[in-house]
Amino acid sequence: MKCVIAGGNVKVLGRAVHSLSRIGDELYLEPTESGLSFRAVNSSRSAFASFLFAPLFFQLYEPGSAGPDTELFRCKVHMKSFLGVFRSLPSLEKSVGKCLILLKPRASRLVLQLHCKYGVTKTHNLAFQECERLQAVFDTQRCASRLCAPARLLAEAVVHFPPTLAEVTLGTGPGGKISLRNYVEDEAELSKTMVTELWLAEDEFQSVAVAPGSHITFCLKEFRGLLSFAEASNLPLTIHFDEPGRPVIFTLDDTVLEVHLVLATLSDTESSSQSPSTNGVSHLPAPSDDFADDLESYMAAMETSEGCSEGPPSPTFSLHIPRPAKSKPEEEEEEEEEEEEEGAVPGTPPHKRFRSLFFGSVMTPGRPGPATTQEVLAEDSDGES
Amino acid sequence: MPFSAQPPASGERCALSASLDNARHLSSLLRAVHFQDYATCLATASGLRVTVEDAKCIQANAFIQAEIFQEFSVQEESVMFRISLSVLLDCLTIFGSSSLPGASTALRMCYRGYGYPLMLFLEEGGVVTVCKINTQEPEELLDFDFCSTKVVNKIILQSEGLREAFAELDMTSEVLQITMSPDKPYFRLSTFGNAGSAHLDYPRDSDLMEAFHCNQTQTNRYKISLLKPSTKALALSCKVSIRTDAQGFLSLQYMIRNEDGQICFVEYYCCPDEDITEAEL
Repeated sequence: MKCVIAGGNVKVLGRAVHSLSRIGDELYLEPTESGLSFRAVNSSRSAFASFLFAPLFFQLYEPGSAGPDTELFRCKVHMKSFLGVFRSLPSLEKSVGKCLILLKPRASRLVLQLHCKYGVTKTHNLAFQECERLQAVFDTQRCASRLCAPARLLAEAVVHFPPTLAEVTLGTGPGGKISLRNYVEDEAELSKTMVTELWLAEDEFQSVAVAPGSHITFCLKEFRGLLSFAEASNLPLTIHFDEPGRPVIFTLDDTVLEVHLVLATLSDTESSSQSPSTNGVSHLPAPSDDFADDLESYMAAMETSEGCSEGPPSPTFSLHIPRPAKSKPEEEEEEEEEEEEEGAVPGTPPHKRFRSLFFGSVMTPGRPGPATTQEVLAEDSDGES
Repeated sequence: MPFSAQPPASGERCALSASLDNARHLSSLLRAVHFQDYATCLATASGLRVTVEDAKCIQANAFIQAEIFQEFSVQEESVMFRISLSVLLDCLTIFGSSSLPGASTALRMCYRGYGYPLMLFLEEGGVVTVCKINTQEPEELLDFDFCSTKVVNKIILQSEGLREAFAELDMTSEVLQITMSPDKPYFRLSTFGNAGSAHLDYPRDSDLMEAFHCNQTQTNRYKISLLKPSTKALALSCKVSIRTDAQGFLSLQYMIRNEDGQICFVEYYCCPDEDITEAEL
């Protein structure tokens, strides 16, 4: 893979890396025919972000050639190492004219070369690991509510919350107003808690199409990273959400860039009696084609759900597996695992009630167990279970 | 404003006496070599030299020539003592270290000789502080024996081009590798850290390059922890000269212009590191 980023786009790339660094410890690089994708996921699998830079973003874009049996090369790099190259955004803007990213077929290093002022060249040779595709399963079409606002509006709203605040609740209220409120845990002592709530009028948004009375709670920290990127690039931010427990999807769209941030949301235990299907794990009925057999991811999802009913799947559930525009919702598998990458039981996710994001989670309660219906499409080369 | 202090009691002469209208001319240079607590001061008729060493591998010298001072007199041929540089700097900046235009600390320095403390009289805005700092027996200093005839490679760069690079050096690397060559890559700084290797190349025809005299391709490695303090000197300087000799000893000389436009020098000498095993390229 070889690509060259020139001029102001170097800073955009740098900002994207900074944004991704708020999500996870590893940066996944995936060159495709439709552009170069940078992705990250957090350790508890409750946040996923992807930046897709179209070929036009680059001065030169050569994703490399895929053989008849091989796909285009994918790799992941330690986030800190990659971020180190773009650490100082002001100096990127001031002195870097061009950035070259080069990955030769049998090279052991990913090369990042910055061409700077005065003829100076900075070359970084980074260690990387080959990896499988990292893809969260989500579908903005399936979301009942959608808001679109200039990033500045949300940035100004979020500034009212303390930087240490973990979760925030976005809700719709009477008169089409949108509210933002800090999330307070049930166990918190109400007399010692400060609640901040702000209301935004419908006309402050570029578009509002929301289900009345809906609300979602998500992690603010991971959202802030995307927000600062959106603000700097002056792009409107679209928020797609649905019921509590289903992921919230933030998107930014541009002619040469597509950004997605998918965050798990807190499931509402009160709503469990009304819609058993949404309680606990988000069901992805076993599809006839792709079958992900990551039992660990499923186990994590099951363990973090509370009071998950074992009832049959709700008839309101579509049996169609959501397919994000360009990629297949394959399970993430990794060779040469580091301990923390095992989906397993990822320690205790920061908030037990945040569901592990769906990486093709297999099981629907009530169905026969995985052992009998499993159909593995692609065996691990290592034969790991 | 000029400060006239009380002369030493009973008319005794001081081995070293000096006065300086703006103590910052001294303190900023001393900061550029402050990577150890103790320093050795040598005063001669030409001026003051403050030396700091570490690990028997690195030596930094700050030169403040006599012309910088409003008054500078040394009674003997030379006067030498060891002193706590940390304490000296704390005293020189006792009125605060912010550089407000118009407000400056005036300094009078007095050293009666062997065994006596160094006396400092500092004044700002009518407030006077008197400091007495104990001195010690000077220790033997390293002699890098670096003279211009032994220099193999030499370049002079505008500091602006190196400042950021030094500030952002990958400190997870044990060494800083310096390559100087008449051919590509001409001048290269390399680190080998946890993230991988990084190379910074300066071409010989770069606008930053003021002089380029490289006769031989040399690659030498220096312990990065020893060289990192030189970043302070680099930050103050406008130009830096980088020289190596046949054994790979490194000389960095920084030209520093003070607030009044006067020129001072700071230099760093460093031994090449022999212990480091062959680094990856």
